[in-house]
Amino acid sequence: MPIQVLMPALSPTMEKGNLAKWLKKEGEAIKSGDVIAEIETDKATMEVEATDEGTLGKILIPEGTADVAVNTPIATILADGETAADLGKAAAPAAEMKAAQSAPPAEAGVAVHASPAPTGVAAPQSIAEPDPEVPAGTEMVTQTIREALRDAMAEEMRRDGDVFIMGEEVAEYQGAYKVTQGLLQEFGARRVMDTPITEHGFAGIGVGAAMAGLKPIVEFMTFNFAMQAIDQIINSAAKTLYMSGGQMGCSIVFRGPNGAAARVAAQHSQDYSSWYSHIPGLKVVAPYSAADAKGLLKAAIRDPNPVIFLENEVLYGHSGEVPKLDDYVIPIGKARIARTGKDVTIISWSNGMTYALKAADELAKEGIEAEVIDLRTLRPMDTETIIASVKKTGRAVTVEEGWAQSGVGAEIAARIMEHAFDYLDAPVARVSGKDVPMPYAANLEKLALPSAAEVVQAAKSVCYR
Amino acid sequence: MAAPKKTAAKEHGQDRDNGPPPEFTREQELTALRDMLLIRRFEEKAGQLYGMGAIGGFCHLYIGQEAVVVGMQMALKDGDQVITGYRDHGHMLACGMEAKGVMAELTGRRGGYSKGKGGSMHMFSMEKNFFGGHGIVGAQVSLGTGLALANRYRGNDSVSVAYFGDGAANQGQVYESFNMAELWKLPVIYVIENNRYAMGTAVSRASAQTDFSKRGISFNIPGEQVDGMDVRAVKAAGEKAVAWCREGKGPYILEMQTYRYRGHSMSDPAKYRTREEVEKVRHDQDPIEQVRNRLLAAKVSEQDLKAIDADVRKIVNEAADFAQADPEPDPAELYTDVYR
Repeated sequence: MPIQVLMPALSPTMEKGNLAKWLKKEGEAIKSGDVIAEIETDKATMEVEATDEGTLGKILIPEGTADVAVNTPIATILADGETAADLGKAAAPAAEMKAAQSAPPAEAGVAVHASPAPTGVAAPQSIAEPDPEVPAGTEMVTQTIREALRDAMAEEMRRDGDVFIMGEEVAEYQGAYKVTQGLLQEFGARRVMDTPITEHGFAGIGVGAAMAGLKPIVEFMTFNFAMQAIDQIINSAAKTLYMSGGQMGCSIVFRGPNGAAARVAAQHSQDYSSWYSHIPGLKVVAPYSAADAKGLLKAAIRDPNPVIFLENEVLYGHSGEVPKLDDYVIPIGKARIARTGKDVTIISWSNGMTYALKAADELAKEGIEAEVIDLRTLRPMDTETIIASVKKTGRAVTVEEGWAQSGVGAEIAARIMEHAFDYLDAPVARVSGKDVPMPYAANLEKLALPSAAEVVQAAKSVCYR
Repeated sequence: MAAPKKTAAKEHGQDRDNGPPPEFTREQELTALRDMLLIRRFEEKAGQLYGMGAIGGFCHLYIGQEAVVVGMQMALKDGDQVITGYRDHGHMLACGMEAKGVMAELTGRRGGYSKGKGGSMHMFSMEKNFFGGHGIVGAQVSLGTGLALANRYRGNDSVSVAYFGDGAANQGQVYESFNMAELWKLPVIYVIENNRYAMGTAVSRASAQTDFSKRGISFNIPGEQVDGMDVRAVKAAGEKAVAWCREGKGPYILEMQTYRYRGHSMSDPAKYRTREEVEKVRHDQDPIEQVRNRLLAAKVSEQDLKAIDADVRKIVNEAADFAQADPEPDPAELYTDVYR
């Protein structure tokens, strides 16, 4: 029976990819191990290898096709003795195709960071308040968050010769998650520096360079590894301005993916939002949309203080509308009303917004109008926006992927109690990651993270419904 | 490439391979004497003020190690940067920072270099290119390497000097920094001040390799042991290291063999070494006495030397008076300087 070749996934979070090229023609003989096609995402190109012998019977997806869903049949292979007449009988997923990345994965001895980029996955639409930084009538371009971050860095590097980026795989490899794609080519090795795998050391070197007046962007392959460097971030970067009586500061951005990715277990899936937002002297930014990723990263690079810029691996491939402006900078410390509503306030940031917005859609179907606040910045926190909303709705739910104890949600709840106690019609509810290290098994991982259903449930409970 | 073979002096204070250091001119001897005396008298006064309760918290005195910073400073030029750990008073004075401002920081007053917010271990002077004063053991090594990165990035010929002790020399980030400094050929001099004790732990009880000049071998960083009690030897070694760095050859390690007369901090009972050991170093190798004796032998009068001492004492006494009379920071300062 002919064997179907399916669109492979480069990692568990990949949903779609482009069929870039067929390397075998219909009717051509195929041996196990032959590369038959090339698949690409906005992050990487990979080769599709045959694991069966036979003849390429029919190409089902022509080359150049964009956004082919994972597991779509892309071709059939005929076994010995089969002919084109047998094509109709193709067995479904019996085909075992193995995908191999054309570039080696960015594991570098520490970890596997499969980071596929589903192209063109649009962020959920919502009724948001207009962005005051964007004049009416501004042209919008659709970009992935990955591209928006890259553009932010490139623009700031063009603008200021003191800005440079350093980190593991940022240059030659084009970024472990392809966020720094093209920067080496434009700015050269002096300003785009690959470092050895020594987070503590290169974070300290970055801080030292910042103390000397440069403006480094230090990329951590993920914030999980920044725990090696956290002494330099807190004791050197965050505290020196104060300890020097205002004499010596440190303009530096520490950025990289934070929080849970997919199926990488406890050491690679941790949300550091509350860790860094605890520290005076640091600013902490955690954007959700592509536009915010760009505008806030530009602001972070210009900021004279150390800024922790928490990205999210799951969101890198998500697309959104980014204003086409010469210099789109969003002030740090301002939350955004992502959806207006009157019945309950849902407060989140970064990937937590995925659950929050989905829940708001669900709640709307049941007649509950949720107002969703995207904090965007965790420190300084835009308490004013939260309080104004809670005074209107009388109810609040916080949503975070991190743990509840001493979490950002706990801080938000305390501020609401301090500033809007008399306006509350119900205690503030928290939806958070479960109080366990992140498990590996798919079902357990899902349970450990918050869900839109949990947000819906929490919102209903504070509405006494 | 193997690291260039340098000295392996086994005995403290020896610098056999390099022979006797070049003589100083009379001017240089007098400058060195004055600068070292300033540090010693300053530290003696700080010790007294600590005993009186005017200085709080930790206070790590530099007495005995004066030749290291004074000799190194003589090898540097304007624009070169200095960074060190928590035993930093001597480094600041050697960099030309005012005794008044340093002492007032020790007493936590508004006229201190950090407006009273940093204290003994955390002072800075952008003007004098002194980058601290860091309280986390070893952190200054990465930071100092970053200063060197900035110099290379800007394409200037400045050199940074990162001082750290024999204790810090065992920290992991030191070796991460060594690796990157050599990999990128950064102009940084690592000055390891081996005063034989990391707090109360003798070098031999904490270090598998007690020859710290060899700590860069696996990164191809050259290193040498220097008699850190002889200011001439320090200056000569410093000049060699500075030249190496300015030529773009990368980092250089200098192990300064020195000795601290006082405890690790003011609260140190010093049970880990004998009084005789301290007395012997003071008697045989004191960095200040060495210079004094050479000057006396060169027919500089006792009276002239006393005049220098009197001058230094005056500066220190004025600093102490200022540091006790200056008001504490305004309470409003509590919330300033967190962000710019």
